[in-house]
Amino acid sequence: MRQRRLARYLAGYALLAALLVVLLVCNLNAGSVKLDAGQVLRILAGQQIENTAIIWEIRLPRMLAALILGGALSVSGFLLQTFFANPIAGPYVLGISSGAKLVVALVMIGFLQYGIVLNSAALILAAFAGSLLSMGFILLISGQVKRMSLLVISGVMIGYICSAITDFVVTFADDSNIVNLHNWSMGSFSGTSWGNVRTMAIVVLAAFVLTILLSKPMAAYQLGEGYAQSLGVNVRRFRVELILLSSILSACVTAFAGPISFVGIAVPHLIKSLFRTAKPIRIIPACFLGGAVFCLFCDLIARTVFAPTELSISSVTAIFGAPIVIWMMLHRSDGRRG
Amino acid sequence: MLHTEGLSVGYNKRVLLHDIQLFVRPGEILTLIGPNGAGKSTILKSITRQLAPIAGTVWIGETAIQTMNEQQLARTMSVMMTGWVEPERMRCEEVVETGRFPYTGRLGILSEKDHERVAEAMERVHVTELADCDFNCISDGQRQRVMLARAICQEPEVLVLDEPTSFLDIRHKLELLSILKDLVRQKQIAVILSLHELDLAQKLSDRVLCIKGDRVDRCGTPEEIFTDDYIRSLYGVTRGSYNGWYGSLELEAPQGEPEVFVIGGGGTGIPVYRDLQRRGIPFAAGVLHPNDLEYPVAKALAVRVITETSFEPIGAAAVREAAEVLHRCRTVICCPERFGTMNRGNQRLRELAARDGKLTTQNG
Repeated sequence: MRQRRLARYLAGYALLAALLVVLLVCNLNAGSVKLDAGQVLRILAGQQIENTAIIWEIRLPRMLAALILGGALSVSGFLLQTFFANPIAGPYVLGISSGAKLVVALVMIGFLQYGIVLNSAALILAAFAGSLLSMGFILLISGQVKRMSLLVISGVMIGYICSAITDFVVTFADDSNIVNLHNWSMGSFSGTSWGNVRTMAIVVLAAFVLTILLSKPMAAYQLGEGYAQSLGVNVRRFRVELILLSSILSACVTAFAGPISFVGIAVPHLIKSLFRTAKPIRIIPACFLGGAVFCLFCDLIARTVFAPTELSISSVTAIFGAPIVIWMMLHRSDGRRG
Repeated sequence: MLHTEGLSVGYNKRVLLHDIQLFVRPGEILTLIGPNGAGKSTILKSITRQLAPIAGTVWIGETAIQTMNEQQLARTMSVMMTGWVEPERMRCEEVVETGRFPYTGRLGILSEKDHERVAEAMERVHVTELADCDFNCISDGQRQRVMLARAICQEPEVLVLDEPTSFLDIRHKLELLSILKDLVRQKQIAVILSLHELDLAQKLSDRVLCIKGDRVDRCGTPEEIFTDDYIRSLYGVTRGSYNGWYGSLELEAPQGEPEVFVIGGGGTGIPVYRDLQRRGIPFAAGVLHPNDLEYPVAKALAVRVITETSFEPIGAAAVREAAEVLHRCRTVICCPERFGTMNRGNQRLRELAARDGKLTTQNG
């Protein structure tokens, strides 16, 4: 039995890795300028040919952003699901992404008026502050209501309020950069620079390593607070760590790509179904890979289907993610009591 | 092993129970009983450090639990709480494996020895064949056993269980408690648990702690605690009664002048008493010896019980007393079919009843 499970895990990881490779290749090749694999390889090897700039300056950073941020979003969702002991928790439905978006927009516009363009670290900090703000509200509400459905509704409401204020602010801001801001607030991986990639890679990698280190208390926490405590987990500290990590991950995503919907719920669910377990240490790396694959796929569609017009990434993730979430809610009672 | 000193417990600085002195030794089972909401769970939560005590100290051996670090405490004490856990996609084996976490490294990867302990614990509570089942898909009895296996493989010195038998049917109750009893005997673990079922508490516990109002009312052996009067007063029973020998409960007796006289003996009267009680007919029972099987039931349900000293033949005085009551009754039911030296008097009563035309058969 143990061997069969091991085989399943290996097969799962192999599948994800294969999908990742395929999508990486597709993402580099596809676009308004079609390139074949040979050309791409030569460019990556460092040759200066016709479309070198397209690959190096546009497609590669954008692709890496989708990979890193998709993974981060999915892991952030998994952390929130563990925290609330509910599979329909995620940074987008709980309004955390929208909170981050609001604060980033406010800070950006505020500084633009003085002619200051913020660097990526400052954007992450602003998004982080916004995430924590929304998270604080959600925690306050979760102290009052125990029903998850009510909590999700509250999250969606917080999301709407934050989005409304963001729209308001964006509409009345007077700057030419507002076009970019508008694109960003809809969610997009476009316009990622190498500097952005470096920053997001460092932040996400650090958060990811810390998350892996929390996998043991997380597994204990899946049995509930009381058992976690009796198994030697400092529950209060653990909860704070979990919240901070999931907020920083989703903040990083929002800072660079705007709010992206449903990845945080749909991907961890698919991964758990594929691996038939929710054991953190097995699942967290898979969630990261899955999120990367999902976002690369969605970004490919966003870029190419109606080219040269680009779709917002959030629209595409919603089209693929929302049905998964609905299907999951319908089948949630399977194999459970009552 | 574990003892408390001047322990006061409660929520939000409000004291619920104060000055609790309790102790439990290795290989001993201490049971907490008391009315609903008396604070049994609150005490257990304070002992397991899930709730900070308002005053006082909980000691394990020579160490106060407040000064232990998380891992030390987790290696010393394990718990099984009331209420369900519904972990997402966890197999039973994985649930049990969490019990080894206090012994594993940072990432919680189990060693070969840890896997052996898990297998051993699952074997002990007979859930080995459930290892690969989803924890949410097994029966209530199985879940409780899996949770017990989890607590066992944590290798505690003190095991704390909060109402482990709630929601279980009788078979699973007995199964769980038998496993627990064996475990305590073999591994010399100190066990503290709370139970609702007085009959089981009486049979399982080495010592019993009774909680009433804002304090520990009494602590002692089951023989000292489970007396009819004490249990009635502990739970404030006003209707019905509790039998200390059997730990059984009886509903309230029908009141009024006896309408039926039941001649009993050797346990034959019990079904008739119960039937009359259900129909709300007041009755008298006689002539019984206190060592008759139906005596405690008659005491609980009959308006009047006429008795003869144990091991003596039913004498003329008792028969006379019974005859007086019998004459005022509408009907007489005679249960015993055999009469001998000791209950010759009841045969006499039966004849009296037959002469008055009041005698009916048992089924009437």
